[in-house]
Amino acid sequence: MLKTFKLGGVHPPENKISAGNAIEVLPPPKSVFIPVAQHIGAPATPVVKRGDLVKTGQLIAKSSSFVSTNIHASVSGKVKKVDFAADSSGYPKQGIFIDVDGDEWVEEIDRSEELVKNFDLDGQAIINKIQEAGIVGLGGATFPTHVKLVPPKGMKAEVLLINGVECEPYLTSDHRLMLEKADEILTGTRLLMKALKVEKAVIGIENNKPDAIQLLSEKSKTFEGISVTALKVKYPQGGEKQLIKAVTGKEVPSGALPIAVGAVVSNVGTAFAVYEAVQKNKPLFERVVTVTGKNVAKPSNFKVRVGTPTSELIEAAGGLPEDTGKVISGGPMMGRAVSSLNVPVTKGTSGILLMKNQEAKRNEPITCIRCSRCVSVCPMGLEPYFLKVVSEKQVFERAEENRIMDCIECGSCSYTCPSSLPLLDYIRFGKGKVGQIIRSRKK
Amino acid sequence: MSITVIYTIATLSAIGTSAAVILFFVAQKFKVYEDPRIDEVEEALPAANCGGCGYAGCRAFAEACVKEGDLSDLYCPVGGNETMNKVAEILGLEAVKKEARTAYIRCNGTCDHRPKTNQFDGATTCAIASSVYSGETDCQWGCLGYGDCYDACDFDAIELRPDLGVPRIIDDKCVACGACVDACPKDLIELRKRFPKDRKVVVSCRNQDKGGVARKACSVACIGCGKCEKVCPFDAITIENNLAFIDSDKCKLCRKCVPVCPTNAIIEENFPPRRVKKEEKEVSTAK
Repeated sequence: MLKTFKLGGVHPPENKISAGNAIEVLPPPKSVFIPVAQHIGAPATPVVKRGDLVKTGQLIAKSSSFVSTNIHASVSGKVKKVDFAADSSGYPKQGIFIDVDGDEWVEEIDRSEELVKNFDLDGQAIINKIQEAGIVGLGGATFPTHVKLVPPKGMKAEVLLINGVECEPYLTSDHRLMLEKADEILTGTRLLMKALKVEKAVIGIENNKPDAIQLLSEKSKTFEGISVTALKVKYPQGGEKQLIKAVTGKEVPSGALPIAVGAVVSNVGTAFAVYEAVQKNKPLFERVVTVTGKNVAKPSNFKVRVGTPTSELIEAAGGLPEDTGKVISGGPMMGRAVSSLNVPVTKGTSGILLMKNQEAKRNEPITCIRCSRCVSVCPMGLEPYFLKVVSEKQVFERAEENRIMDCIECGSCSYTCPSSLPLLDYIRFGKGKVGQIIRSRKK
Repeated sequence: MSITVIYTIATLSAIGTSAAVILFFVAQKFKVYEDPRIDEVEEALPAANCGGCGYAGCRAFAEACVKEGDLSDLYCPVGGNETMNKVAEILGLEAVKKEARTAYIRCNGTCDHRPKTNQFDGATTCAIASSVYSGETDCQWGCLGYGDCYDACDFDAIELRPDLGVPRIIDDKCVACGACVDACPKDLIELRKRFPKDRKVVVSCRNQDKGGVARKACSVACIGCGKCEKVCPFDAITIENNLAFIDSDKCKLCRKCVPVCPTNAIIEENFPPRRVKKEEKEVSTAK
């Protein structure tokens, strides 16, 4: 019996079309737009101005508080301007425009492919390096990693979980990374263990990636304390709380952080970024992005610079197919449709999904038939149909009482609803409002 | 037979009388005094229960009027000065006079003026749409058109205009309760002074982007050029964040600002057609 989480979950078609295609390195684009808010927390403060010359890897925006991260130039060239431009939501966000000129890297970065296994640094030094390199959770939530590595007072981490689940359909960037950079990921994991002072790390991988499970199980034998667990395929297993439940059997209490049960979760991409930051002095300015879709001529996994416009990625994957209904940044379940193709790749972009017109179309919603399927699939044990109603009627006290803040926005409810109700749209709105109310209460 | 009837009547009467006596004393003991003026005031109110006064319905407003003993902070926008005078008469107080107001949706981004650049197919309410993204056009400030204001209006004073893509207020029905003002997530609706014949001169735009960006997104966007500010003889126009605003309390409806606006963002409504100036006439006849 393979392990998995207990409550809810769905099985969307996997459609991992690009799983067999090796990671391709894309050359730097002609110009980039690097937003200063690519993470959860306070936006970084720009430290460059118009006309400055920057090198690849140079700090261009400085972390403005503890929960914030540094942003580095992903290309070398001239700063065109520091201005606002629309992000995937269409609302303008501050960022730095750079016109690319050549590709000159900062000297400290070790650009060789050679594997370095150097565990001399102590925990604090590793955390400092991670903080400097601007590393955030690359699974999509983009929570600053250095914050995660410092448990709140009185709490102690016991186990590090490395998330190689990649439960989102279509996406294959983590899968490819595990196959091609296994040693680096394991080294990164070892560094994270040292930073956290834990003796045990578990890499959780879903059973639909047998090659990755086999490779990592074999290689992890040479690393003390790291083991690999195969998990049953079920969405949303990549959710932090679901993964903890699946691997350790412990349930994170409502409203608490994973550290409450002694666990810290990091993505495989993050482990790789940690390896690069600590062993190669390379800040986080590029990542693996899957560009895929049923219509796409050449579904691929690209290693791209942060700030590259979405349109260039699509061009590299064979151009925008005629019959495209939606372009989604992220996976089909949790990603969001972009309103323009100028939207840049950020640290949290795991994939670009091009959906056909027919696929992308949402059915006309009809009334709730009280079938309670949304309740049975909710991995957090919530009642989505009820949360939808209270959010719609703006009765936010009831929403809060019914634990709306526990919603992980996985979209299982909307996916399964036979009446095609956009449940998550309403819940997300209610969650935002309840969050505001809670914050104003604290003040 | 007859004795049964007599017994029944006697017993029931006895129970009835004793219950009446008990209830009488209980009512005396637990009597709650309520100011009779509350009922009178409530009678004078329009009974719309819209909440435009800030209280939960007309009864609550009537209670507040009686309890406060001062009407300076209390005003029923639906009933207007007439109703407030009646209330003041009942209570023997002085009512504040306010100018009648009417709501206006400050967006003229109709389908012709503001091209759609993308399509949204999520939940069709403005509150949700605006919380997840900026809108179907390049203008992040303008009307989304899903009609949260329409749903909020208790007086049928807002009509959805699918042909325009932007709802419109029906002046005759609007009572300026302000429900739509709170419902609009883009803060487009303003309660403006009501002029005779519902005439109005208003900047029908909320776009605070720089001129070029605003103009690109919508052909009738305010670009904040400041021409109207200069031409206004009454200091009614201010420019803030690349956006002109006409203060309806200062505006005298001279309409000088309307022709100078390069983007036609200033709208005049319900005026008789302008007389064509002499020179223009000559030009047109020469053609």
